[in-house]
Amino acid sequence: MSLSANSTKTLVLKLLAGALLMFGFAVFVMPPIYDLFCEITGLNGKTGERYQALPAAIDTSRQIKVQFIATNNETMPWVFKPSQQQIYVHPGEEVEVRYFAHNPTGRDMVAQAIPSVVPFKAAEYFHKTECFCFNSQALKAGQSADMALRFIVDPDVAKTVNTITLSYTLFDITAVTEG
Amino acid sequence: MAHGPAQGIRRWLYTTNHKDIGTLYLWFSFAMFLLGGVFALVIRAELFEPGMQIVEPEFFNQMTTMHGLVMVFGAVMPAFVGLANWMVPLMIGAPDMALPRMNNWSFWILPFAFAMLSSTLFMDGGAPNFGWTFYAPLSTTYAPPSVTFFIFAVHIMGASSIMGAINIIATIVNLRAPGMSYMKMPLFVWTWLITAFLLIAVMPVLAAVVTMMLFDIHFGTSFFNAAGGGDPVMFQHIFWFFGHPEVYIMILPAFGVVSAIIPTFARKSLFGYSSMVYATAAIAFLSFVVWAHHMFTVGMPLAGEMAFMYMTMLIAVPTGVKVFNWVATMFKGSMTFETPMLFSVAFVILFTIGGFSGLMLAIAPADFQYHDTYFVVAHFHYVLVPGAIFSITAGVYYWLPKWCGNMYNETLGKVHFWTAFIGLNVTFFPMHFAGLSGMPRRIPDYNMMFADWNMISTVGAFLFGAAQILFLFNVIATIRSKRPASDEVWDRPEGLEWTLPSPAPYHTFTKPPPLS
Repeated sequence: MSLSANSTKTLVLKLLAGALLMFGFAVFVMPPIYDLFCEITGLNGKTGERYQALPAAIDTSRQIKVQFIATNNETMPWVFKPSQQQIYVHPGEEVEVRYFAHNPTGRDMVAQAIPSVVPFKAAEYFHKTECFCFNSQALKAGQSADMALRFIVDPDVAKTVNTITLSYTLFDITAVTEG
Repeated sequence: MAHGPAQGIRRWLYTTNHKDIGTLYLWFSFAMFLLGGVFALVIRAELFEPGMQIVEPEFFNQMTTMHGLVMVFGAVMPAFVGLANWMVPLMIGAPDMALPRMNNWSFWILPFAFAMLSSTLFMDGGAPNFGWTFYAPLSTTYAPPSVTFFIFAVHIMGASSIMGAINIIATIVNLRAPGMSYMKMPLFVWTWLITAFLLIAVMPVLAAVVTMMLFDIHFGTSFFNAAGGGDPVMFQHIFWFFGHPEVYIMILPAFGVVSAIIPTFARKSLFGYSSMVYATAAIAFLSFVVWAHHMFTVGMPLAGEMAFMYMTMLIAVPTGVKVFNWVATMFKGSMTFETPMLFSVAFVILFTIGGFSGLMLAIAPADFQYHDTYFVVAHFHYVLVPGAIFSITAGVYYWLPKWCGNMYNETLGKVHFWTAFIGLNVTFFPMHFAGLSGMPRRIPDYNMMFADWNMISTVGAFLFGAAQILFLFNVIATIRSKRPASDEVWDRPEGLEWTLPSPAPYHTFTKPPPLS
């Protein structure tokens, strides 16, 4: 009987370890893997961090239309819009566009813009060298700001991509930053 | 104490006896089944006619959420654990479960979990209202304050399930009677062994996902919050990585139950025993690689849609093996149709219908049409109600004479079956048509064009509810009746449990039974 009791104890410990492992897997491994997977495949249109511009030939034989969309998340009261709806760029060329933001409320607020690119397969070829989305934006009551975005469309982007749509959603994160 | 149970309530509070704990689990799950059924009837009563009749939309959402949670975690899962507690030691010739004290604990935390979950109905802001799948951010940013109680209730349920699973594996691996090799175990034991591994693999993932919600809500993390760099779609991936194996957790033990019952009443051995074992294992394995078929419409690349579509369809192969084996077992058998057999035959037919609608949903392009309609509701109720619930009912009628020593009333059993069978089909079959014509799920009001189907469904739902009251009556009447069952109960059934006297003594197989 003692043999059986011992083997039961070992088995139970192994099974418990298995359960703990799966918990750890879900909390600590799944989210990073998910992010990595999205980054590699461009899923969800997630764009990368700040890009170090490399000297690259500008492909003047192609022109790509880049469209800009600005959306306010739910009750976000700011005025938020791009200075131009769309521009045509050559792959490899560094371009700057500006977004306008205005806080019409009577209180100081902080916002965070989250970018997303479609088509997904273009997401990893859309490089931002400067973007207001790298930081949160604080605007005092009634204040306005012109925010810069500099980007390069990688010359390696698939030939089938003629239009890239960049969408920003502006989130109110005042409560989080104060807390 | 050494030779019998304590008296009164202490017997149930302190018990470490697998039969007592099995009984507790079964009664608890039946109570939850009735509670979840009441929630369902509130839903169906509201949907009897278009327009807002009985409840507020907010409360309607709480009902759909609570109905799902209570039925999945309170009714179906504990009922199968109860059957496992009662039958696994009897089937493998073990004196008890391997970890009797943990067994007691894993049962007794459940009533607390469900008391906590039910108490949210009386809180400010009401109970959870985000559906049983609790997608973020609906369950985080927009959740009622009671969501925290929901999270802790899920933690406790998960702990209970994991402990139950560990106990079942330890029992099966270590306490089989000498000579009971793995490939001689009854199929119910096999299906539970595989289910227990699924539970250990995915219940921690459920615990993890609600923990991440807890941190997002109270501690400022952003797992599922886009503003902080998280992603609500990731919630769906993690949830369904738990959720899809979970649906097999609710059906694999059912396969085991009907695989025990059909051979008895066909008077033939189970056809293709080993293929049944491998098919069960194959289904369990595949359940981990199909989760995204629940989320075809979130915006996946074509390759992802195709991969998940084909993997999902692949599950039809081992499931088909099982269905054909049951049919082949019945083929040319000397069949009789006592109540457990009626429920089992209905299981095979109706579960197959649910499986076919599942195949339709597996087709990714077609799923864009069916997604979030009543067609989905019809599908999963066809696999869960005649699947899980009917098999549990069949198991109760089949083993009840062994448990309590009395034979149930066959006529009342058949009345129960036909009421439930008709009620079920009248309730859920019209939902296919409502769904195909575009009725969305989880809405308290709907277009006039769906009025007829909904009225029929509601009538069927109340009939099905009435059938369950008859079930309760039958079980109590059997326990109190004076018609002793024989030790074999049925006509030469297979299995160690039938070598015991009826009712099964409090302690059984204290010496391992001799096996031929």
